[in-house]
Amino acid sequence: MTGLRYVYAVCRPFGTPLQAQLTGVAGDPPRLLHHHGLVAVVSHVPERDFAEGPLHRHLEDLDWLTATARAHQGVIDALTVVTTPLPLRMATVFRDDSGVRVMMEEREEAFRRTLDRLQGRVEWGVKVYAETESKDKETPAEKPASGRDYLRQRRMKVRSNEDLWQQAETFANRLHETLSTYAEDSRLHAPQNAALSGASGQNVLNAAYLVSRTESEEFVELVDRTKGEVPGMRVELTGPWAAYSFSGDPASGDPVSGDPTQKEDR
Amino acid sequence: MTAIERREVALVDLLDRLLAGGVVITGDITLRIADVDLVRIDLNALISSVNTQVPSPFGELL
Repeated sequence: MTGLRYVYAVCRPFGTPLQAQLTGVAGDPPRLLHHHGLVAVVSHVPERDFAEGPLHRHLEDLDWLTATARAHQGVIDALTVVTTPLPLRMATVFRDDSGVRVMMEEREEAFRRTLDRLQGRVEWGVKVYAETESKDKETPAEKPASGRDYLRQRRMKVRSNEDLWQQAETFANRLHETLSTYAEDSRLHAPQNAALSGASGQNVLNAAYLVSRTESEEFVELVDRTKGEVPGMRVELTGPWAAYSFSGDPASGDPVSGDPTQKEDR
Repeated sequence: MTAIERREVALVDLLDRLLAGGVVITGDITLRIADVDLVRIDLNALISSVNTQVPSPFGELL
């Protein structure tokens, strides 16, 4: 059976078997490829979908992207139950097992360093939303009689929103500071577009925190306490995640997650 | 660890991590980061194209 190799994560060997009914990307159950004392978690995927050309086209197809992202996450989640996986970027594909082995050898040192750093830790996502839109809905603007009228209405709306912005920024900064002190590491993601997330309000903080499992309960309580602290601010917690946002290895010059440094001209 | 109730993870939260996080490896077929960035840009383009269908407030005046 040929096919390409889709790699989800690299881990240290773990004793507990993965749940039996787990299906990975392209419906292929994840397999464990042991090499040099490390394990790559791999699915066999068809070339017609995962060679560079088709893959590139698929990634722009929201339905395909969704299904693949969910399958990828399903495997990472299952791994998180039995070990601390080092997740790879989505759509990391090799021609065959030996390609995967070569990669593991080349990166062995960095993998070990990062796995040590992440051992026993999980990622928590914290987002803050300023509820601007609900306010707008309460006071539906009268239909502007003219362009000038429209601009006047708009200016008033902007002014009332400015206060809220100030408040939101202060709140988000303070929360991030508090959580960063508590967490071992933190990353700021770009605020989410409301049209994509479907969430109400404006996303003013979208952060990830690396926290040890044993301290996670306290971290969650810390976040929960800030909910409802300031009216108009909504705090959302997601996780625990595998440490996606903390998988870069500074020592080997890896780009820090979320920092696309290898942009090329087109 | 506490048993935290897991709702289905929102796609945006997932993509924040899968497309911007994780170890970046230039495999033999792997897309480059720049390629993956395109995905985000395309999604944003998709949104703005949806938004342009919302009529402008000046529509009635023209």
